[in-house]
Amino acid sequence: MSSSDLAVSVRGLSKSYTIAHNVGRHTTLAEAALDRLRHPLRRQPTETFQALRDVSFDIKRGEIVGVIGRNGAGKSTLLKILSRITDPTDGEVDIYGRVGSLLEVGTGFHPELSGRENIFLNGAILGMTKSEIQKQFDAIVEFAGVSRFLDTPVKRYSSGMYVRLAFAVAAHLESEILIIDEVLAVGDAEFQKKCLGKMGDVAQSGRTVLFVSHNMNAVSTLCTSALLLHGGKVMVRGPVNEVLDVYASGIELSDRTDLSDHPNRPASFKPLMQSIQFYDAEGEPASVFKPATLIRMDIRVKPQSRINSPRLSIGMTSARGERICAVATYLSAAHLPPMETESVVTCRMQIPALVPGRYSLDIGLADAHSSFLDAIYSAAAFEVCDSDYLGSAHPNFAEMGYVMVRSEWESAPVEGAPGR
Amino acid sequence: MHLGEVWRFRELLLTLAGRDVKIRYKQTALGVIWVILQPLLAAGIFSFVFGKVAKLSSGEVPYFIFSYCGLLAWNAFSNTLSKSSASLIGNSQLISKIYFPRLILPLSTIPSTLIDFAVALAMLAVIMPSSGVHPGWGIVLMPVWLALILLLSTGLGLITSALTVSYRDVQYILPVLLQLMLYASPVAYEVTKLNLTPRQSTFYFLNPLSSLLEAFRWSLLGPRGGTLMWSNLWYSAAVSVSVFVVGLVGFSRMERRFADVI
Repeated sequence: MSSSDLAVSVRGLSKSYTIAHNVGRHTTLAEAALDRLRHPLRRQPTETFQALRDVSFDIKRGEIVGVIGRNGAGKSTLLKILSRITDPTDGEVDIYGRVGSLLEVGTGFHPELSGRENIFLNGAILGMTKSEIQKQFDAIVEFAGVSRFLDTPVKRYSSGMYVRLAFAVAAHLESEILIIDEVLAVGDAEFQKKCLGKMGDVAQSGRTVLFVSHNMNAVSTLCTSALLLHGGKVMVRGPVNEVLDVYASGIELSDRTDLSDHPNRPASFKPLMQSIQFYDAEGEPASVFKPATLIRMDIRVKPQSRINSPRLSIGMTSARGERICAVATYLSAAHLPPMETESVVTCRMQIPALVPGRYSLDIGLADAHSSFLDAIYSAAAFEVCDSDYLGSAHPNFAEMGYVMVRSEWESAPVEGAPGR
Repeated sequence: MHLGEVWRFRELLLTLAGRDVKIRYKQTALGVIWVILQPLLAAGIFSFVFGKVAKLSSGEVPYFIFSYCGLLAWNAFSNTLSKSSASLIGNSQLISKIYFPRLILPLSTIPSTLIDFAVALAMLAVIMPSSGVHPGWGIVLMPVWLALILLLSTGLGLITSALTVSYRDVQYILPVLLQLMLYASPVAYEVTKLNLTPRQSTFYFLNPLSSLLEAFRWSLLGPRGGTLMWSNLWYSAAVSVSVFVVGLVGFSRMERRFADVI
């Protein structure tokens, strides 16, 4: 491959951090101060944490690469090194073209400044020149839908408006390589759709995109290839479907999944959802189900403050990251009572007649029409077992899609048809 | 060093400086009036404490004008130093999430200090005629003293800002040291009135600000307000430039670790 086709080339990349440990827990400030006075020069014991180990990969020009992996796999560290925020401990990174990175929505926004002022400020921070911002100004305002509030300080904005404006500025950055970290975790569903659309446009224009997400559905729709990180190493690098297969097989199968410290929760969310428990039609805990049966899910939620109008949504995703279906309180016109203390939300659903395989669930919790309070992608998984649902022993194959449909067939000669 | 990079990001420097100026007096009732009020109040307090209570003499120049000029230069020094030293930890979000030459942050504090300086200087031009003091041709050298003061304070600001990233202790020590410097430098008094012995004098002028502040006041108020001491000034100029260069080099050595440590 000639280097002119390359956008990013990474060779033997490693990054380690030194973490300090606090020894001898001091209960009072005075104790801590005394200890410091007694041993002023004692160094705190430290430990080296290896965030990335010997990572190598290439990204071609125009490729849209999904970077996936559980929390702590090294995704954010990788993006930080690629966007030059931090230096690698070892290894080489070659980047061919201007990099624009969006590691957090709204970094550099100042609450006291107006929307207009913040567009210029944020644009400059992201590396745009004044004339570039001026050229894109109308497009940014239109995308964010904040034209009426341009001269209002952004501290008066709703959180949704704030996020829209912040994403809009970054999305209009004209860089050859765009690096995006989990920005879609914030914002409402409609805005997420808009963002995905915008990122699709960016991709169409031939720019290279690196996209970190826990949302396998977004990764499978948007990306052409993917990179799975595990424990700081590249586990798989290849076409998006193959990588997602490997990722999905790593999700544990259990009738009860602890959600309080889930590795797939985007860092921006507080852990409100505690656990999810599956029951089969007989009310027994289970993780393997027959197709087209009734299942029950109990989700424990521990609110940090009163949730006036709790809305839960569950999306079911195939191993390849394709969305099969979704259920939600608002889709079923169900109204849950206000939630103040730890509660259990029960959802009974008729699962479709799915072809045998493993399916994972994305779960989101919101209050009324706000953006998510908590969300976990690939939070839990269940399996649909082989069955005689179709009344045949026909093997399951990819062309079947995901839903088994019972059908009846017959054949009869057309009356009056001329004989052979 | 990435001075070319800094130049490429010059618009960011100006935008950040603009941000600081814009937000400084947001949600204040008096707004920009504070820019004028602050130096006047400070000089007022100085006149009362040092001029009236301690009866420090300022020669033929009214004490208020005398201390106002001293504070003008001192504020340029101390504001640059304290703002630039706090600039990195005040923008830790930016440092850990976005790439740009880190040098932009401490440097972007200078324009707002210059605006304050310009406003306070214009105010001086308004109150000076009533006092019977007039600057001579020495005024043309004033920008030189100001530039040297800013080089010194920016150099110190670069070092302290980089140190603060790892050691927050700096932000507690710095105000104390500034307080000390204020009294160790001829801001509220004239050097000639101290009647220093030659040995004391050598020691006193180790502080590069001493001769610079005297020269600054000499430029604004003429020989009655300050003394021009060339040999000491050459020394101060050399120190200022060296501190600035050391600051630049030290900063760019340390900046690689900022995002990991901050």
